Amino acid sequence: MTEFLATPIGTLILLVLETLAILVPLLVFVAYATWAERKVLAAMHLRKGPNVVGLFGLLQPFADALKMLMKETIIPTGANRALFLLAPVITFVLAMIAWAVVPVNDGWAVAKINVGVLYLFAISSLGVYGVIIAGWASNSKYAFLGAMRSAAQMVSYEVSIGFVMVSVLLCVGSLNLNDIVLAQRHVWFALPLFPMFLVFFISGLAETNRSPFDLPEGESEIVAGFFVEYSSLAFGLFFLGEYANMFLMSAMTTILFLGGWLAPFGVEPFTWLPGPIWFLLKVFACMFVFIWVRGTLPRYRYDQLMRLGWKVFLPLSLFWLVLTAGVLMATGWVPRT
Amino acid sequence: MAEPEVTAGERAVEAAERRVVEIDSHAINFGPQHPAAHGVLRLVLEMDGEVVERADPHVGLLHRGTEKLIEYKSYMQALPYFDRLDYVSPMCEEHAFALATEKLLGIEVPARAKWIRTLFAEITRVLNHLLNITTYGLDVGAITPVMWGFEEREKLLEFHEAASGARLHANYFRPGGVAKDLPAGLEERIADWAETFPKLVDDLQTLLTGNRIWKQRTVDIGAIGPEDALAWGFSGPCLRASGVPWDLRRSQPYDMYDQVEFEVPVGRNGDCYDRYLVRMEEMRQSARIVKQCLARMQPGPVKVQDNKIAPPPRAEMKRSMESLIHHFKLYTEGYHVPAGATYTVVESPKGEFGVYLVADGSNRPYRCKIRPTGFAHLQAIEVLSKRHMLADAVAIIGSLDLVFGEVDR
Repeated sequence: MTEFLATPIGTLILLVLETLAILVPLLVFVAYATWAERKVLAAMHLRKGPNVVGLFGLLQPFADALKMLMKETIIPTGANRALFLLAPVITFVLAMIAWAVVPVNDGWAVAKINVGVLYLFAISSLGVYGVIIAGWASNSKYAFLGAMRSAAQMVSYEVSIGFVMVSVLLCVGSLNLNDIVLAQRHVWFALPLFPMFLVFFISGLAETNRSPFDLPEGESEIVAGFFVEYSSLAFGLFFLGEYANMFLMSAMTTILFLGGWLAPFGVEPFTWLPGPIWFLLKVFACMFVFIWVRGTLPRYRYDQLMRLGWKVFLPLSLFWLVLTAGVLMATGWVPRT
Repeated sequence: MAEPEVTAGERAVEAAERRVVEIDSHAINFGPQHPAAHGVLRLVLEMDGEVVERADPHVGLLHRGTEKLIEYKSYMQALPYFDRLDYVSPMCEEHAFALATEKLLGIEVPARAKWIRTLFAEITRVLNHLLNITTYGLDVGAITPVMWGFEEREKLLEFHEAASGARLHANYFRPGGVAKDLPAGLEERIADWAETFPKLVDDLQTLLTGNRIWKQRTVDIGAIGPEDALAWGFSGPCLRASGVPWDLRRSQPYDMYDQVEFEVPVGRNGDCYDRYLVRMEEMRQSARIVKQCLARMQPGPVKVQDNKIAPPPRAEMKRSMESLIHHFKLYTEGYHVPAGATYTVVESPKGEFGVYLVADGSNRPYRCKIRPTGFAHLQAIEVLSKRHMLADAVAIIGSLDLVFGEVDR
């Protein structure tokens, strides 16, 4: 068996299995994230949410998926066909491949690369291409406005996300996601770097185009923004991609600030649960906050969003970066590897 | 000294430098099928990027010729058309027509009918404000208030249904009183509601009033001063938000408004936030008026005791020939209104809603001109949203409380 796995074909099979082991649960979680969002929002709205398809509406995501598959993919006359169809694929694929480096437990990642953080950062930055291409290829004014907003928004908030990441990296001394989690054995970075944690999470909301930063798809202003012209599975891919991105942001928050798979305090009753369960619980908690924020806050205006990004978050994260570095140097806590 | 020779290349460079590039503003067709268009508003926006350069509202997509139709209907048949004007506050529109007809007929309505009308006019005001504030919130991106508000509207629409038999198009206020008395137990239910309702207003306030994003989106957006507001023909909460304490319930009271105590909230800046605050406070005042109406209402007749105008009780028709004739005449020919003209206004939830009614002595109005509230507000969209961003235009439309059934008639 071991020899077979060493052969090229064996390695390939192993890789495919590993990938499936990540992607299948991910897609199931994404499907149920849509259900959970509707249920949680319904509870906040004093209504019931989906409750007809299956017990507690549990089969609703499958009914939705089936509906989407049955619909016709409408391509507008003025649209650039190739790009129009390529855009949702880009969004979806990028949302999926980012998961290759996410460690769910000690060493449980498909690709254990040493620049995991950079990889994640790069992939999430590429996400903007799907949106811009969709907005441009649709040849519609509303879609175009949405794409413009999205581009400006994602670029602005990535800058602060970058600084937040750097300040975490300074404390760890490694770009490997596994090492970042292990460095939080004693204290989760959410505590010493609390403002950075907030900046990161809020920027994550902006990065995933979620409320209150859902300007690119602001329903009451530009109808559905960049995917206004999409239907059927093309729309479905955007939809899945958005939720997968929310999961990715939650996972990044968990890894960078909430101690990944580590049990809180590392003491007895908490350590009974295995690491992956803790990882999932933390991700779900972040997801809940995503939904909670959506149920509570109105939407920012375009210029206010820009002001928040450039004039508040950027100076704040820059200041904390310098402060973190200064404290590390002054106290001699700089990690040596 | 000879001029240095200019080469063709230099000339081309110079021409390129001097070329004036004109960037056209792009036009966006905002509506009629747009989630924030509140019905069938078609707004042609000329945009400079995200900034609105010109807003051109188009009306008429919901024009049904109501005024002309009313000229061919008896007074009783004309009334339901008013429900369908501002379908968010149906009873207040009926109120204007009922008062106008009563004025021309020269009849006095029994006290209980007046109390019931005042009560339901205020319930309708709460219905309207709840819908406006919550959908306005939805336009600005807050999705929760709308669900809370509609939960409450459901209760109020049940009161409508209990009183008139219809949830929306009530046809309840009639010239000469109201269609029928309140059913047993309704007064207690309304009283219970009036006790709990301020709690909901508090909850809505926690979501919106102090919310930083909500304030950033509404404060100083679409501001209009008192002179401008008057010049544009504003009325109701939009005018009061600009600081003009003008409320027809106070300045020329009709029905029982001179008997109840209430305050008229007035804003200061005339921006979207003040319009929101004024409506929030008006809802509290409405609940106050509702309580007073219920406390002071006495049993008694609910329509004029003149069977030439109000139909006789059903039971009596089975016994009395005269009643049967009255009933037949009323529901076929209707009543004749003495010749005359009146402009009668009510403070509808949206503002001054007026009916200019000309009677020629026949059983049908000669002319019925309706003064819609939203029309005046709609025409100011251009002024209010100029040089604001697209998202602000949406907030402004929400804050003006436009209903196209009324604007287009």
